[in-house]
Amino acid sequence: MSAKNLQLDENGKLQHFLSIEGLNQQIITEILDTAESFTSVADRVIKKVPILRGKTVANLFFEPSTRTRSTFELAEQRLSADILSLNVDTSATTKGESLLDTIHNLEAMQIDMFVIRHKDSGSAHFFAQHVRPGVSVLNAGDGQHEHPTQAMLDLYTIRHHKQDFTRLKIAIVGDIMHSRVARSQIHALNLLNTAEVRVIAPKTLLPVDTESLGVQLYDDLERGLRDVDVVIMLRLQKERMSSALLPSENEYFNQFGLTQERLDRANPDAIVMHPGPANRGVEIESSVMDGNQSVILQQVGFGISVRMAVMSIIVGRTGLQVSE
Amino acid sequence: MTILIKNGLLIDPVGASESKSDVFIDGNLVVGIGKPPAGFKPQQTIDAKGYWVIPGLVDGQARLREPGQTHKANIASESAAAVKNGITSLCIPPDTQPVIDNTAVVDLIHHRNAKAGNQCHIYTIGALSQALEGEHLCNMASLKANGTIAFSNAGRPFINNLVQRRAMEYAAGVDMLVIIHPRDSDLYADGCVHESAVSTRLGLPAIPEAAETAALAKDIELVAQTGARTHFGQLSCARSVDMIRQAKANGLPITADCAMHQLFLTDHDIGEFDTNKLTMPPLRSQYDKQALRDGVADGTIDSICSDHQPHEIDAKLRPFPSAEPGISAFDTLLPLAIRLVEENILSIPAVIAKLSINPARILGLPAGQIAPGELADIVIVDPDAHWYCEGKNFASRGKNTAFEGWDFNGRVKQTLVAGQIVY
Repeated sequence: MSAKNLQLDENGKLQHFLSIEGLNQQIITEILDTAESFTSVADRVIKKVPILRGKTVANLFFEPSTRTRSTFELAEQRLSADILSLNVDTSATTKGESLLDTIHNLEAMQIDMFVIRHKDSGSAHFFAQHVRPGVSVLNAGDGQHEHPTQAMLDLYTIRHHKQDFTRLKIAIVGDIMHSRVARSQIHALNLLNTAEVRVIAPKTLLPVDTESLGVQLYDDLERGLRDVDVVIMLRLQKERMSSALLPSENEYFNQFGLTQERLDRANPDAIVMHPGPANRGVEIESSVMDGNQSVILQQVGFGISVRMAVMSIIVGRTGLQVSE
Repeated sequence: MTILIKNGLLIDPVGASESKSDVFIDGNLVVGIGKPPAGFKPQQTIDAKGYWVIPGLVDGQARLREPGQTHKANIASESAAAVKNGITSLCIPPDTQPVIDNTAVVDLIHHRNAKAGNQCHIYTIGALSQALEGEHLCNMASLKANGTIAFSNAGRPFINNLVQRRAMEYAAGVDMLVIIHPRDSDLYADGCVHESAVSTRLGLPAIPEAAETAALAKDIELVAQTGARTHFGQLSCARSVDMIRQAKANGLPITADCAMHQLFLTDHDIGEFDTNKLTMPPLRSQYDKQALRDGVADGTIDSICSDHQPHEIDAKLRPFPSAEPGISAFDTLLPLAIRLVEENILSIPAVIAKLSINPARILGLPAGQIAPGELADIVIVDPDAHWYCEGKNFASRGKNTAFEGWDFNGRVKQTLVAGQIVY
């Protein structure tokens, strides 16, 4: 069974949201357009639409998360879903229950939609293969594989500021190797025919054959940032130093940290993004993070509408005309 | 009991020939080929017309899961599956639970095999170090006296190169074969797939070739230093094949094998996280697969093993990195061998040699050929029997095949072990 097809039903409609890879431009655009229609919900006095009324969504976070989890929960609440949120890292699986049994037990509680984050690459596909027909799975990050809703909100943010992807040069800077966000972003940007996707990183943070994902490689930040329209910084985790991938945070900042001086190599209207959580002074200088080119906090807000859009499309109800 | 096998195509891996010859069996031995010995009267006649008559296959590495993991399989289930698939001798690596590092475990295995009816010859490979912990040597001479045929650390690391050197020297001192699965555990790290565009795309922790080749280079040097007769098991990389070829050319006392599945599958077959393709060492690239095939064809790789690893269904029903590695391989060993013939990699006698006389000679087993005076371990194969591979129909208790949905030619019709018809 191909998991690429697993996401789509026989009519090409989205039934799970597991990876950007395997989707098409039409679905990506539909998600972005739908998300746009939802941004107005946030401005209403009553921030709710009844699209998921009567549906139960389980948020299963086998790994810790702050913003992904809270924006998913807010998105579900605004769609009027009933919500069950589990910190599974401290529950049944540590008592020896298999992941499959966890799925089946939750299914017995008549869950309609699972949002799952798990340390293993491929875990969202695994869930989707084993849930009952009609139950949907949304990937909130699987290992180092994909984090597709994050990529969608990044795309949404870029489109909000830049419109036409076919004319954009976009640089992704940092730990590509361990980043599920970067993989999803690269697939998504390529699906929208982005003019150029650059990846800027030290050799030890690049997986082999990174070019095969459809990117240009740069090992020099200043050269890589030249003429770009969008700079996406990735988080650098401290364990990269202890596992001998990098010598020190300071050396990394000196080589790959985003400073205003370096950002000035990019186009003057370039925007700066970060999926969070950011390490100030490691991958990004505080003044850039808080500067007027930064759209980092906007990304978080857009995360709610994008996740609302994905869930609505999956249940086949995207219209806002339904009102209380 | 006297048995005549008539009208079959006798495959002789030793003489690298095939001929229409009858085989005469008396008791546990072959007593004649072609024409009957004087006064031979068959009590039973097997008509093998249209079939191959081949020596029983010798599998240099198969895990039967007993002792220790009998929820996966056991000696009775897997020896029955082996003979049903033409395997009449098999070698158990030492990583059972408890480890084969003392004679009691060896006795237990033989006792269980006897209880299962001794359908298949089972040989034990002893641990090079106690509990496979790589620190203290095992009682190798005692294990040898108890019938253990070789020593291996089952791919587990030694605490340092000095202990490995001593273990190899000691084994050589008691005139025993050392089996090494070259593996640098640091470079393996938490990897589960070959390092390539596939691991990059799937975001899976990757295993570079150097995890095998860096260890192999060191291991070859220790063979050169100690002179220990050494067999390298389950090679997976093109560069390993080159290194073995060179080391053999330098006259070192080494031999090598690869697992059958490495000759057919690559990392691309993992598709979208197919846990049945999770193996250790991992499925490598097309280039590596071709190099292994070349090595098999030119003799650099002496033998092919099943690397049989039956699992309970739950072991594979997990996200890819958490699933257990290994393939249930008895049921596909012979049909894949026939496919090597169909794909013009090897002749019929040559592929049978890789699965019989070659491993038997390397491991010092009384098996691998059909000749007067030899044990009558004989398999009758219908090479044209066409079948569709479905794990659920396997003889092995492990249904975890990596070849689900493949079309195969070749099925075992009958198997004799020491002159007894066991299947």
